[in-house]
Amino acid sequence: MTTLYGLLGAALVGIGLFGLLVRTDPLLRILAFNLMGGGIFLVFGTVARRGAGAGFAADPVPQAIILTGIVVAFAATTLAVALVVRIAAADQARDGTTDAP
Amino acid sequence: MIADALIAAAILAVALATVAARGGFTAVALFIAYGLLLAFAWVRLGAMDVALTEAAIGAGLSGALLLGAASRVARHPVTTDRPPGRAMTAAIALGCGGVAVALAAAMLLLPDPAPTLAPSVAANLGTTGLGNPVAAVLMSFRGLDTLLESAVLVVAVIAAWSLAPEGGWGGVPGPAQPVVGDGPLALLARLLPPLGILVAVHVLWIGKDAPGGKFQAAAILAAMWMLAWMAGRASPPSVRSRSLRIAVAAGPTLFITVGLLGWLTQGAFLAYPPGLALPIIMVVEVALTASIAAALALLVLGPPERRA
Amino acid sequence: MTAWGALPMLAVMLPVLGMVLALPAGARGAERITLALLPVGIALAIGTAAAVQASGAPLVHLLGHWAPPLGLAFRADGLAAAMLVTAALVVTAVALFARADFGTAAGAPEARTAFAFWPLLLALWGAINLAVVATDLFTLYVALELLTFAAMPLVCLSGTRATLEAALRYLMFALLGSVLYLLGIGFIYGAYGTLDVVLLSDLARAELPTYVAVALMTAGLLAKTALLPLHLWLPPAHAGAPPAASAILSALVVKGSFVILVRLWFGVMPGLAAPAAAQVLGALGAAAILLGSVAALRQERLKLLVAYSTVAQIGYLFLMFPLLVAAPGHEAYAAKAWTGGVLQAVSHAFAKAAMFLAAGLIAVRIGQDRIAGLAGAARLLPVPVLAFGLAGLSLMGVPPSGGFAAKWLLLTSAIEAGQWWWALVILGGGLLTGGYVYRVMAGALTGDGTQPALRRPDKREKIVLALAVVSVVLGLLPLAAFGLVQVGRLDLAP
Repeated sequence: MTTLYGLLGAALVGIGLFGLLVRTDPLLRILAFNLMGGGIFLVFGTVARRGAGAGFAADPVPQAIILTGIVVAFAATTLAVALVVRIAAADQARDGTTDAP
Repeated sequence: MIADALIAAAILAVALATVAARGGFTAVALFIAYGLLLAFAWVRLGAMDVALTEAAIGAGLSGALLLGAASRVARHPVTTDRPPGRAMTAAIALGCGGVAVALAAAMLLLPDPAPTLAPSVAANLGTTGLGNPVAAVLMSFRGLDTLLESAVLVVAVIAAWSLAPEGGWGGVPGPAQPVVGDGPLALLARLLPPLGILVAVHVLWIGKDAPGGKFQAAAILAAMWMLAWMAGRASPPSVRSRSLRIAVAAGPTLFITVGLLGWLTQGAFLAYPPGLALPIIMVVEVALTASIAAALALLVLGPPERRA
Repeated sequence: MTAWGALPMLAVMLPVLGMVLALPAGARGAERITLALLPVGIALAIGTAAAVQASGAPLVHLLGHWAPPLGLAFRADGLAAAMLVTAALVVTAVALFARADFGTAAGAPEARTAFAFWPLLLALWGAINLAVVATDLFTLYVALELLTFAAMPLVCLSGTRATLEAALRYLMFALLGSVLYLLGIGFIYGAYGTLDVVLLSDLARAELPTYVAVALMTAGLLAKTALLPLHLWLPPAHAGAPPAASAILSALVVKGSFVILVRLWFGVMPGLAAPAAAQVLGALGAAAILLGSVAALRQERLKLLVAYSTVAQIGYLFLMFPLLVAAPGHEAYAAKAWTGGVLQAVSHAFAKAAMFLAAGLIAVRIGQDRIAGLAGAARLLPVPVLAFGLAGLSLMGVPPSGGFAAKWLLLTSAIEAGQWWWALVILGGGLLTGGYVYRVMAGALTGDGTQPALRRPDKREKIVLALAVVSVVLGLLPLAAFGLVQVGRLDLAP
């Protein structure tokens, strides 16, 4: 059961990497980056689960790392999104002025 | 086992659909589903702490952020590179498949029994006074990582604000939100926040002994505030607001100060005086929750772009 | 745990604390916090280096008294001490230089760029220090993220469309690098139950999960270090930033991921590193030296030339990998390669910071940064042009300079190792570097003053010259002085 999620994580990393390399829309690339992140956290989750013991359902150290990792990945996502929105707005302003007679 | 197979298959299908999606909106909607499904996987893996965080941040806040971005970029898609040709795409697919196979093989070849720090955490849990081993790792054994990460969030807020467009600096973060008079959003925005705040306080408090803690509580608080904001019921202060900036910086400042006091009194950064670990940790947790919640909400809002 | 271990700990925590306090303090307060921390940071870095040198052993600080694998540790070895000193001096020079651009007068409203610059500079400083002293692979991941989040906004501080796009490209490369590195950590923990570099150096086994993990982490770190062919993000990002930001990005930021890569290859898995893989890294470095230098030769804008020169100089750093991996039983030339690599990182930091700041002064004074339009620059700006030339000597590897000592050590190490091909690359790279430095100097030294030859002395010129002089003077130090960087090498541990 645990291994299944580990293999799922491996597959998700592959899918995310593919999206990151093939899609050109930055927003879709950001999504692909997050898909990859999900797969990586599953790898950690599998490692944690494999290390269950001492009365814990999973090794708490990788779990703590995942929590930290999720928050950092989220912050990275917000920055990437802010940049994309900013570039789109800049293009819009530029085209708006050139469209005007 | 069947449940696990179904969850895994659903996650895989949603991930593939996200990568293949044509439009930004479809992709984001699929991605939110991906985050929710992952939360189920975390429950199955026995990581309740992660499941809560994944649902709140991975699906909730990320969803709100990305939906907003998709609608703002829709009229003006940004493309920086040319898409690869058919042959190149096939080659990339082959390469990514190879990577996935290598990862899977490495996963299957990990040693058995697995090395683990669980016994070590259990043996030292008593020094922290905490019952939740994940909280003990976050606040004591690997407290430095948590401290640095709270600092990373401050840098992220500064970075986001630095992206303010011409004329936006000094204004209010995020796009303008019309006031929603009635309808489901207005109702939710009125009913949920008080409830959400209670839940967040509860999640923070039980986090010392059970799954929960500052990240989850902060994510819930940020989500509640976002809801009120989307309904036009709350407005962020200007980025010049001193109290807003103090709110973002207070938690990390307190944590670093506690760390330095640990060095001065106990001889090591982040060493807690014996017997006082739990009260110190709880005070830091509360301050961090407030600061992380503020930072998360501000990060979803993005750079300042309009006058207050 | 050593008593002096608090020095590197404070070198990390004080800039981080300063960055956090800078947010409520505002731009003017942030500038003051930064200026106050500069002497403290220099003292902590030099103190660390002196203590490491005196004791001949690394300084260790266990966070919260918890020892790895459960806890986290800071460990300042010779490499870390050298980088701490380099970072403190370069940050100091850049901060003093930047006051003219990002200073806030009393009573003046807070500007966006000033608001961002000071805390980001402090964050970069803390992150670099963290990256060189942390021993836990996940703490190092947080250091990498801190570096990225602070560096990205510096790239697009001017806010133009082109710099925003450069920042987005940089962020995408950096994030891909981060996630690959993080994934590698997952497998390391799964295989060994610890992420501590020092513990791993005794544990690592030659097994598939280890190799997959190290391959992922290496790929991720190469993307962040901008080793060819993952360098495409660097020239637009470093050339589009304001001069002070370019200097810090090229001098320090790419070195953070490089040091982590050294920790990974020669800390986590000494003895496991495959000679063939190390040859590949060396070959990529060689390609970066040659292609990066050729690209620099062909640039029309001064800042882009300097940025491509960074691509090339990063290449030299990777020549130490094949020389160290082939080393067992050949400690003499391995030690030379190690010192040469570290010295290259240090001397390039000073030389490149000097070059970017000089280029900035020249561009502002002349009104543009086209190399073709440099005629007469030497008469207008003798000191920045001199600084550019001195830094260029160091990059070329002309004696006596820091760059010469670095390249000479790498070259002799390559010959002693029987890997003469790297020696050819070093010589060829030196010639090409001479070519692009000559282009700039020839342009600046000719011309009879089509511009009015009014000298406008600028205090910042002295800062730029000081950086260039340090990059040269490093080569005058006796070789014994570099014994410091050998202290605490994990690949030598019994």
